[in-house]
Amino acid sequence: MVELAAAVLIATGTLFFIAGTVGLLRFPDIFCRLHALTKADGLGLALIALGAALLAGTPGAVFRIVLIWFFVATASATCGHLVARYARQSGAGGGAP
Amino acid sequence: MTTFLSLTLIALLLSILAGLVRIFRGPEPAERMLAAQLFGTAAVAILLVLSQLMAMPALLDVAMVFALLAAITLVAFVVLASRGVR
Repeated sequence: MVELAAAVLIATGTLFFIAGTVGLLRFPDIFCRLHALTKADGLGLALIALGAALLAGTPGAVFRIVLIWFFVATASATCGHLVARYARQSGAGGGAP
Repeated sequence: MTTFLSLTLIALLLSILAGLVRIFRGPEPAERMLAAQLFGTAAVAILLVLSQLMAMPALLDVAMVFALLAAITLVAFVVLASRGVR
């Protein structure tokens, strides 16, 4: 039962990763690509981390997985804002954001 | 379960491969760096799945290093590019 839940979570997370990559390839400008990448990938990684935490047996492994998720979520949000501000100030987005 | 986790790994690797297309085409340096951020996140996800597939908890530490280094890479790019360094 736990394995089934973990499999469903990991499969959903992988689907979100694929959606984020398709958005990175197909969206027209850098702000749309940023939107696809940071949010879809963040959710995909959170779901995969949840599935891996269900599969992991020891409390230490679960703690490290939660720590990894926290690092990636914080870094992804910060880097998204940094890249968006850089693109707006340097005019790289091609038009008004 | 092993087959399923292997298929997940292949899908995540294909996602990285598609990100390489954006690095090849992407007109701005910032968009190439976005693809690099995708690589960091996907590498963390791959290592999380791989640590369960191979029953190697040490891979979680590798994933943690990846998560921290990907953030530092992007911050360094933004700082250097706003100073005009190419």
